[in-house]
Amino acid sequence: MEMQEFIPIDIFCRQHGVEISFISSLQEFGLIEVTRINEAECIPLNQLVRAEKFVRLHGDLEINLEGIDVITHLLQRIKDMQAQIQELKNRLGLYEENQ
Amino acid sequence: MSFIDYYEILGINKKATEDDIKKAYRKLARKLHPDLNPNDKEANKKFQQINEANEVLSDPEKRKKYDQYGENWQHGEEYEKARQAQGRQANTGGQHFSSGFDDSDFSDFFGSMFGGSAGGSKTSQAKFRGQDYNSELALTLRDAFTTHARTLTINGKNVRITIPAGIENGQTIKLKGYGSKGVNGGPDGDLYITFSIVNDPLFKRAGNDLYSTVNLDLYTAILGGEITFDTLNGKIKLKINPETQNGTKIRVKGKGFPVYKKEGQSGDLYVTYLIQIPTNLTEKQKELFAELAGFSK
Repeated sequence: MEMQEFIPIDIFCRQHGVEISFISSLQEFGLIEVTRINEAECIPLNQLVRAEKFVRLHGDLEINLEGIDVITHLLQRIKDMQAQIQELKNRLGLYEENQ
Repeated sequence: MSFIDYYEILGINKKATEDDIKKAYRKLARKLHPDLNPNDKEANKKFQQINEANEVLSDPEKRKKYDQYGENWQHGEEYEKARQAQGRQANTGGQHFSSGFDDSDFSDFFGSMFGGSAGGSKTSQAKFRGQDYNSELALTLRDAFTTHARTLTINGKNVRITIPAGIENGQTIKLKGYGSKGVNGGPDGDLYITFSIVNDPLFKRAGNDLYSTVNLDLYTAILGGEITFDTLNGKIKLKINPETQNGTKIRVKGKGFPVYKKEGQSGDLYVTYLIQIPTNLTEKQKELFAELAGFSK
């Protein structure tokens, strides 16, 4: 069985110098998942990189939550389109002469 | 080591105020921040440069030293030595972004002038995840056909990886913890390897299917028969139907490319027949073809 690891939100916030309310807002926006374990709210380890990215965007670039939400959606669209372009390029190879 | 014009990097002039520097930095940071430009090496490099420029120009003491000695950085070193001899502590009060960069990401020029220590107390206290590394690896189509091990040298460290069969051109895999070391006990970054599959002269790939062509002599095409075909993992026999037309494409099920991380599953192989018209016919052959032509009238 795969073991899921969690990081208590208060520890995460202390380490990164952000308010707990910031994480709560990220959760409200549906940007990260938060789980309650023994009365403590925790971030699953697989959400850590995502949460840290949002902290950086907020702290470094002063982007508010609405902005982070928009950026996240646009980055996902870029990622999807890049994957699509790559797939099309690979298919295009079928019709190209060997170099 | 060459002189770095931090003003030029931020697109400001030497008379820029602290506010101008901050604005210029923020504007460029919004454009070049690594989180907004994933896997863009050029943007990451530029971001590193603006970070370094801001580190120097936003700190009055560093800016003063840079303005005074910048183009003659060797004198800056002397300046630093003299200053240390006077027992004064360097004030590294500047602020720089925390996006996975550590001191080693600053230039040699910066290191020689300011001793390599970037950032201030802000970064020295907090734990940060190490920077992610990106690498590219070229494979032949035949390499990508089988699961195999490779040893890569990443920043002087040998990393042995297993590449699963069926990896796609442009596909990126993540190796957790093989990036740069975390700062102050933070987790290590990850290593991302993007594969580029070199074209093969005999096979084309589309997803999990393989495409190839094979020359077929006229007689086999007309009368039918059997030919041996070299796939990427051995020879197979192909039955040729009588009266096979030029350009006929056949499908050989399960003889294409292995499906990534799905053991035992493979795509299909498509073979197109190119019928070769015989040349340098003998007189006898010509006569026979003429006779044959007579029958078809």
